[in-house]
Amino acid sequence: MAHLKVNQEKITDKEQLIKICPFGAIEEINGKIEIGAACKMCRLCVKKGPAGAIEYVEEDIPQIDKNKWKGICVYVDHVEGNIHPVTFELIGKARELASKINHPVYAVFIGENIKDKAEEILHYGVDEVFLYDNKELVDFRIEPYTACFEDFINKIKPSIILVGATTVGRSLAPRVAARFRTGLTADCTVLDVKENTDLVQIRPAFGGNIMAQINTPNTRPQLATVRYKVMSAPQRNDEKSGKITLMDIEKEKLNSNIEVISVTKKEKEVSISDAEVIIACGRGVKSQKDFEMIKELCDLIGAQIAVTRPLIEAGWADAKRQIGLSGRTVKPKLIITCGISGAVQFTAGMRGSDCIIAINKDEKAPIFNVAHYGIVGDLYEVLPRLIEKIKVSKGA
Amino acid sequence: MDILVLIKQVPGTNKVEVDEKTGVLKRDGVDSKMNPYDLYALETALRIKQNKGGKISVLSMGPPQAESIIKEAYMMGADDGALLSDRKFAGADVLATSYTLSQGIKKIGKADLIICGKQTTDGDTAQVGPEIAEFLGIPHVANVRKIIEIKEKSIVVEMDMPETVEIVDIKFPCLITVEKDIFQPRLPSYKKKLETKDREIKVFSLKDFDDKNEKKYGLNGSPTQVERIFPPSVNNDKEIWQGNSDELTEKLYKKLKDLKFIQ
Ligand SMILES: Cc1cc2nc3c(=O)[nH]c(=O)nc-3n(C[C@H](O)[C@H](O)[C@H](O)COP(=O)(O)OP(=O)(O)OC[C@H]3O[C@@H](n4cnc5c(N)ncnc54)[C@H](O)[C@@H]3O)c2cc1C
Ligand SMILES: Nc1ncnc2c1ncn2[C@@H]1O[C@H](COP(=O)(O)O)[C@@H](O)[C@H]1O
Repeated sequence: MAHLKVNQEKITDKEQLIKICPFGAIEEINGKIEIGAACKMCRLCVKKGPAGAIEYVEEDIPQIDKNKWKGICVYVDHVEGNIHPVTFELIGKARELASKINHPVYAVFIGENIKDKAEEILHYGVDEVFLYDNKELVDFRIEPYTACFEDFINKIKPSIILVGATTVGRSLAPRVAARFRTGLTADCTVLDVKENTDLVQIRPAFGGNIMAQINTPNTRPQLATVRYKVMSAPQRNDEKSGKITLMDIEKEKLNSNIEVISVTKKEKEVSISDAEVIIACGRGVKSQKDFEMIKELCDLIGAQIAVTRPLIEAGWADAKRQIGLSGRTVKPKLIITCGISGAVQFTAGMRGSDCIIAINKDEKAPIFNVAHYGIVGDLYEVLPRLIEKIKVSKGA
Repeated sequence: MDILVLIKQVPGTNKVEVDEKTGVLKRDGVDSKMNPYDLYALETALRIKQNKGGKISVLSMGPPQAESIIKEAYMMGADDGALLSDRKFAGADVLATSYTLSQGIKKIGKADLIICGKQTTDGDTAQVGPEIAEFLGIPHVANVRKIIEIKEKSIVVEMDMPETVEIVDIKFPCLITVEKDIFQPRLPSYKKKLETKDREIKVFSLKDFDDKNEKKYGLNGSPTQVERIFPPSVNNDKEIWQGNSDELTEKLYKKLKDLKFIQ
């Protein structure tokens, strides 16, 4: 069993050692140092503690044969056959990863009456689309969809599966991962692949200002979800390439304890994910009524307004306007952040923007680490002047 | 009707930073609280009980201190609570956490309806609920934003999809994860605090489970591993402007004009 072994005699300063653990898992019990249940196995105590005091002991575990798993697969996210654009972004990423390890790129498409739509995927450079087309699959219901995915994995044995972090993807991917007792990393912001086909998954972690690199060293398939707009979609080719393979599955496997009673379209909302220019407000904006000033600027430069999470929690704006790890990911041509500190959970949702301008009065704010142009100043001084200037120039 | 709510203790602050020099994580204090999204899950259970009667249990996995959120759940109206705590559970990823919780659920007995929060504020994966449902072999529906009807053998809920709203009927036993704002959570009551101050919290560890195979729990039962942690990258290709407000405004205006965002 891999575990942490405490060598009491090598501990020089107990207090110091206890403080190293960010999760408070190192405890002193009856004069002895012990590792408690709060341990997250980040192994900082091994690295930062006195030499040899805490040891990471690994046991030999049988290694799987990774060569038996081949291909990078993208789940085709759709509602009633309308393919979600995150699918194409993931196909682009899959292609890039696949070329490094010389694997094919697959897509798995589950639904009803979707053959024509599958043709479209062939314009984006996949080698094979596996189609489950069945009337039981008309609406997304968890059991039959998982059954199809399971069938696909058992037959094709893909090494890596990428799923869009949409409502459907976030429900389906964990179910599949648990069925195969394999790893799933949510909301990856960077993906790469090692020669041995291990997927390198990077995402903000531990609820703090840190990034973690996560891998799935000894199980297959490897699953990861990625949000919309994190990766870039490839150009659509005029020519088609690759083929479509119709998959058979026994009817009994498509049973469900869920009955869909009705599906109603919501009114289409403006989505900040698709905006070209965004002005994002953080807690530096002192009151809800100051939004008026921001909105005026938005109108002048054709921007959408977005916010950080604390403003959502304060009830100042609709949750759909939140940028970040637990909000939307945006990739506009321009984003101006006003009074935003730049916590990693926020920047995870916007660092892909073409041009980032940050206004913050604290020159040490981490937002200046991601900004292209950093304005160290008071937004209440700068923005009103800017609005005046634009108005004057427009009037002239 | 038996309802089980899964609640997790999370850090009270998210001020974790990496010390640039030493690479050590710094966390100010270790105060913690109930995952705010789980308050909505608990409130949903309480409302269902108000209408239909039944019993509400809460279950959590975490260090011994996590008993405090079970007490809090008692103060809000939960009837019964259990904590899964064992050093062997340490270092669990989503799979190992879900498996541990599913074993705990089997231990405490049947539930018709299991309710999870939408996500946690520290793990933030929204995956634990669906994985538990898989381990229990029951259906689940995520992103529930409204409870429409509780029937004899099923529950009818409204599920929030990006472009549509679906109304679905799920047979018991099942698991749902609920959206923030499904109901406004109540505050813990002082009266209930007094009433429940001696109420038992069951604590279970690995030896209480059906499946005692250590390889399935904690770090060993986690297919994903953290290879390294590091501070987010810094954009080196940047300009920082300082000066008085007029100069700053002038620079910003000029930049927006150069980049053609203002005509
Ligand atoms: C798991 C998890 C997920 C999260 N997900 C998200 C997410 O999706 N999105 C998100 O936004 N957050 C998220 N957070 C929260 C995140 O960690 C930060 O707390 C949040 O982004 C901070 O918001 P802020 O920058 O508006 O506020 P603060 O951090 O309070 O920063 C305010 C900034 O405004 C500056 N300021 C104040 N007055 C002025 C002025 N007059 N002029 C100019 N500057 C001024 C200050 O110097 C300060 O830097 C998440 C946290 C966790 C733990
Ligand atoms: N350690 C835990 N103990 C109890 N419930 C948990 C735990 N971890 C996650 N959950 C439940 O699963 C939901 C989703 O968590 P997560 O996948 O971490 O975002 C939470 O809102 C809880 O209801």
